[in-house]
Amino acid sequence: MNPTTRDSRNKRPIRKAPFVVIPAFLLLWLIGVATGEPARVLEQAVQVCLSCIGIG
Amino acid sequence: MEFVRKWVQVTIGFLTNSSWAFPFTKTIYQGPLKVICAPGLNCYSCPASTTYCPLGSIQQLLGGLRFALENGQHYFGLSVLGSIGVLGGLFGRLICGWACPFGFIQELLHKIPSRKFGIPRMLSYGKYMFLLLFVVVLPLVLIDEFGTGHPWFCKFVCPAGTLEAGLPMLFLQPNLRNTIGLLFLNKFVILILFLTWAVFSSRPFCRTACPLGAFYALFSKVRLIKLHLDEAKCTNCKACHHVCPMGVKFNESPDDPECITCLACMNKACKFDAISLEIGGIPLAVPDRGLSPASKP
Repeated sequence: MNPTTRDSRNKRPIRKAPFVVIPAFLLLWLIGVATGEPARVLEQAVQVCLSCIGIG
Repeated sequence: MEFVRKWVQVTIGFLTNSSWAFPFTKTIYQGPLKVICAPGLNCYSCPASTTYCPLGSIQQLLGGLRFALENGQHYFGLSVLGSIGVLGGLFGRLICGWACPFGFIQELLHKIPSRKFGIPRMLSYGKYMFLLLFVVVLPLVLIDEFGTGHPWFCKFVCPAGTLEAGLPMLFLQPNLRNTIGLLFLNKFVILILFLTWAVFSSRPFCRTACPLGAFYALFSKVRLIKLHLDEAKCTNCKACHHVCPMGVKFNESPDDPECITCLACMNKACKFDAISLEIGGIPLAVPDRGLSPASKP
């Protein structure tokens, strides 16, 4: 890696979009957690859903 | 790097399926870890699964939305959407390439020596149809006499569920074999079709039918970790076209929604260091082979 190459890469701008998208979905997750959704998800996940896997 | 990726795939496969008591309990893991979202397609009715499948959960929550709202519970699937949204924002379809057990199984099958075929690009739009229709619309709209929707993708399509959960549960609980009907046969045929197709084409399920891959693909332009093309260094030699397991023409479409960031183009194909891995615009890894643009043919 030569210095010129490194310099040109360093000039690449920081992309801002991920720093908007990730907190936005983190907020959705927090809202879901606040409504008690994980307990419902866990309730579903610990049961074998036979029709879901094509049996019954 | 390919060796590292394989180890990551195996490790994550074991971490998301680390409950090995099922030969004795004859059922699935029922502990608290199942509140954690699996990053890839990993059926939560798999006996060894220690995480929940985001697709299965979101279909169940949307199917039960009417019932939940009548009981004052606002279960819109936001925690599930938030979980996979954060993963998508961070990694996008890198998860397909590094953390999905069903993708890994397809990769192994593709190693079986045979004549290999491409997949028409048009078929890649099928997965968006499955995401919209089978995961969101049908579970939400088509309800039974109890006011509950069904997990349409899990119930009628998902080959990962048949392989990881349906078949093992039939093996563990012989009494279930009496309940096998057309529903199971339909899913079994779909499983066999995709597994056979995977021998001849690379990752056919990921490319044509996976709703989770379709969701992560929506983040192709905005994800934090992605591959970057240095157009000044690219010679358009098209070497990257020939190694991509997803049929991406990277030099023509560097933010392609099909890119699973397996790094094959960067490490196996590009001789000009035109492809690099970056985090939010900051270079993370660049293969340095001592070649400069001046050495272009």
